[in-house]
Formats: sequence, C-alpha cells, structure tokens
Amino acid sequence: MAEPLLTLQDLAVHFQVGSAFGGGVRTLKAVDGVDLDVAPGECLGLVGESGCGKSTLALSIMGLVPPTRGQVRLNGHELSKRERMATARTVQMVFQDPYASLNPRQTVRRTLADPLRLHGIANRTEVDHRVMDMLAKVGLRPDHADRYPHEFSGGQRQRIGIARALILQPKLVICDEPVSALDVSIRAQIINLLLELKDELGLAYIMISHDLGVVEHVSDRVAVMYLGRIVEQGGWQEIFEDPRHPYTRALIAAIPDPFHRADAFAKRAKAHGEIASALDPPAGCHFNPRCPLKADRCVSEVPLLEPVATGHRAACHFRERTA
Amino acid sequence: MRLGANTYVGGALVGLALSVAILAPWIALYDPVMDANLMNAELPPSREFPFGTDAQGRDIFSRIVYGSRISLTVGIVSQMCNSLIGVTLGLTAGFWGGWWDDLVSGLTNLMLAIPSLVFALAIMAILGPGLLSLVIALGLTAWSYSCRIARAQVLSLKSQGYIQAARILGYGDLRIMFTQVLPNILGPLIVIATLGMGGAILSEAALSFLGLGIRPPFPSWGSMLSEARDTIRSAPWLSVFPGLAIFFTVLGLNLLGDGLRDVLDPQSTTRRA
Repeated sequence: MAEPLLTLQDLAVHFQVGSAFGGGVRTLKAVDGVDLDVAPGECLGLVGESGCGKSTLALSIMGLVPPTRGQVRLNGHELSKRERMATARTVQMVFQDPYASLNPRQTVRRTLADPLRLHGIANRTEVDHRVMDMLAKVGLRPDHADRYPHEFSGGQRQRIGIARALILQPKLVICDEPVSALDVSIRAQIINLLLELKDELGLAYIMISHDLGVVEHVSDRVAVMYLGRIVEQGGWQEIFEDPRHPYTRALIAAIPDPFHRADAFAKRAKAHGEIASALDPPAGCHFNPRCPLKADRCVSEVPLLEPVATGHRAACHFRERTA
Repeated sequence: MRLGANTYVGGALVGLALSVAILAPWIALYDPVMDANLMNAELPPSREFPFGTDAQGRDIFSRIVYGSRISLTVGIVSQMCNSLIGVTLGLTAGFWGGWWDDLVSGLTNLMLAIPSLVFALAIMAILGPGLLSLVIALGLTAWSYSCRIARAQVLSLKSQGYIQAARILGYGDLRIMFTQVLPNILGPLIVIATLGMGGAILSEAALSFLGLGIRPPFPSWGSMLSEARDTIRSAPWLSVFPGLAIFFTVLGLNLLGDGLRDVLDPQSTTRRA
C-alpha cells in the first residue's frame, strides 16, 4: 500500500463530565484507542450509531478537539507539531447541517474567496478565477456567487459547503454525515458529486455516516465503530459480504433491502436494546449486552482487533464463526 | 434595497439634531448665555422668543440649539465608549471562556449590581465637572448591557458549523471573532447602543442637575430641564421644549437603530432568484 496520508495510532479522546459536587467527575471515553489509516485517493467509510464517537474522531483529526492519548499523523508528521495553515491545506471537512455551516452574512463569493486570501493568494483575478472554477465544479452557476446562503436550498447549500472544503485543494476531506440532513431526493445528487470530485481531484475521503447504505456506495474500505472503538474494518466487499462482527451484521440487516440480499443472517443479526452509555460502558466487549453470540468470555475479556483475512480485521472472540 | 418608513423618520430626526448642533451659531437667534435680561424673564413663547424665555430672560430656543451640542456629544461619544468596552469584553469572554469569562462575568455582575449613575457620580466627584469628565464618567459605567448581550449571543453562535469551518480553514481567533461572529450579533448590539444613547442623554441631565455635569450658565438639555423644575406650573415652556428636544432625539436614535439592524440583515432584503 502507498504511504498513508493519515495515520491514527491508539487515538483516544476522553471528556471529563459532571462536577465535583452532585455525582462527582466522570470520564466519557468518546474515542478510546482507535488505529486507522487512509491512503491517498481512498475513501474510508466510518459507520456507527449516534453517540459512538464518529464526530469526535473527526474533530480530533481536524485538531479541534485535543486527543487524550495517541497520535494523529498527516503525511507522516504528527498533528500537534504541524502548523495550522498547513493542516488547513491538507485536510478539510464537509459538515452535516448545511443550514448552520454557512455564515448567513457572507455571500458565496466571500465564503470561498476569504480562505484563498488568508492562504496568501492575493491576486484578484486568480482568486476570482478559482472561485468561479470551484462553483462550476460543484454544479453552481456563476451568478450564484453574489447571493447569500438563505437564498439557496439545502442541497445547494451543501454544494457550497463542499466548494468551501475544496477551495484550498486539500488531499483529504472528512465528510461528517454529508447527506443525512438532506431530502432523500437530493442525497444521490450530492453523493454522486462527491464521487465525481474524488476522481477528478484525486481526493481521499473519510465518509462518516450512521447509514451503511450511503457508505456502501462510496467506500473502498469500511470501519465500523461502536462506543469509541473500531469493531470491524476491511474492504467494502468483505464487510458487506462476509461481516464477522455481530454488530456489523446488525447494521447490514438494518439497511432497507427490497431484494432480500441479507436474508441469510438478517433474523439472527438483530441487535437488541439501546446503545450503552459511553459514561458507563459494559465490561469486556462493549457490545455484549446486545449480542446474540454473547458468552462468558465476552464479559471478562476485551476482544482485540485481529485479522480475519488480508486487510479484514474484527474485534470479536467469535470472528471465525461465519453467520 | 427597501427601507421601512421608520428608518427614514429616525434618520431625519437624528440628521436634524446633528445639523442643529453643527450649525448652532447660524440657527440661534440670541447668544445662549450673554443675552440675559431680567426684564424678559419667563416670557411665554412669542414671535420674538419662539420657545419663550427662562428665569434670567434668556431665549429658550437659542439655549436648546446650543445645548444640542453638549447633549449629542455626551450621548453619542459616551455610548460609543460603552459599546466598544462592552462588545470587546463580551465577545472575547464568550469566545474564549475559561478564567477570562469568569472574570468578565463577575465584573459585569458587579457593574449591574451598582446603579451606573452612582458609579458615574463617584467618577465625576474625582474628575470634577466638565464635558470631558461627563463623557468619561458615562462612557465607563454603562457597558454591562452590551457586554451581557454580546456574550450571550456569542455562546449561542459558537458551536455553529461555520465557526468550526472557519477554524478548519486556518482562521485565527481574532479573525473568527471579527469576520464570523461579530457581523452575526450586530443587530441586537445596535439596538442596545441606540437605547443607551438616549439613556446617556438622560444621565447627563441627572448629573448636571446635581451640579456635577455642565456648569451653569452653559446650556445642556438636561441642565435646562432641571432648572425648569421649580416653574413647571407657572412657566411650563421652560421644561416642555428641552423635554421635547430630548424626546425627539431619543426617538430618532431608536428608530434609526431599528432600521439599521434590518439593513444589516441580508435575510430582510431578499431578492428574487
């Protein structure tokens, strides 16, 4: 594999919650020991339920949340030692809510041109040219440049958000639920746009979603996250055709499936109950209270992320058991 | 861009007050201080004295014209100081949080707990009477309102995606505060500022009444109002006209502030796609 663009080593983000009075301080392990890497031009899907730490992981890669432990390396440099501006030109982010992610007082032109100027492109024709070029790339018209965000629909706003993320020509774009706030009819458009731009510009993505259906369409590799840990990781074919972690099976079984592709394990794969609290995760394997394969060992021993096949790893004591 | 009629009325009233202040020597009929004549004391409005005369026989109209200079200076300049202090403290406190926020919030609560007029009184007692001391005293004591509003607005905006996006794009703290946060919280701050200008004009009146503001015989609207207190029944024109001057100026400032807030909001000026 080529030199990875992004490497996470044992990354952990813990928050102290509560006060010294009323209940005492407790530790919320939002992200707890994640190893991941992303190669240039690759799309990694990151899936998991709400509250499993996906967004915290993203913010911590961006340097907005300081890690408690572990390392984030971009192009082989550790993040904390990297300059803010250099990071901005390497990694960018597309946000979930297109209504809150654009400054309502700035025209599209300013939203796109200001970062260019900040990063030292002073020539007006050059700035103008790159803004117009980017608008065309994301499928907006030149006359959209001088409008304000409230004059656009949700899908158009998300296009502006994508344009803003790409204006500095980053190598890696983290898409945090890029379509979950959009109408179903618009989702495919935005997903296709992201895929086109990936091929055209040679981008790498981390596609964060709670919806495996979205991830399935775009990802080269998939990582499944549960309560701050990666429980399974592999190429999308392995993950979708031969899932080894019961949680992955449950997620796949939850994809609306008119063709009954997943029937083989759909009945047994159901996860029961709610996601446990990250403040008080179950002992051993975090998934054990909801798991159909639960055994004594699952409570006493934390399963490690071990290889099943080349490039396919699962954190389950019963990973050799196919469904 | 369409502006409401209120904005025009407010702008006209403020514009009128400002031009009267600037053109005072050409508008006034008499000298506001020197043309005293006890023979003319407390005359009702007439063709010779349009707003009547005061106890010393000075022309009220001329005194209002000259008084506008002091009242407007005090109102506008001191409120600008207050806004500058309040917005700077509130913006940084809300944005950075931590010990700085605790300190600023504590100070704000302290300022709110003590009536600002009492505070201004203490400063005036130290600095002595005069226009500059008035501006300083009123400009340092009423910032807690804009500070509170600014801080609360920042807190509600801080977690918005576009603030995070700016950070990710490499913007520094100050740039985020001034280009991303401030333009989005300006509306309520402008309204607070215009209300504060009216308040400052009234505070000047109170301080002048206590002998700590503008010293007689020089006129300010506030001091004229307080001098007229004794004759409000026998010669109401002494208090009515300065009162109307204050009323229309404060009204104009408030209408203008309201209008400005709408102008600054792109959503109120929607164009057709």
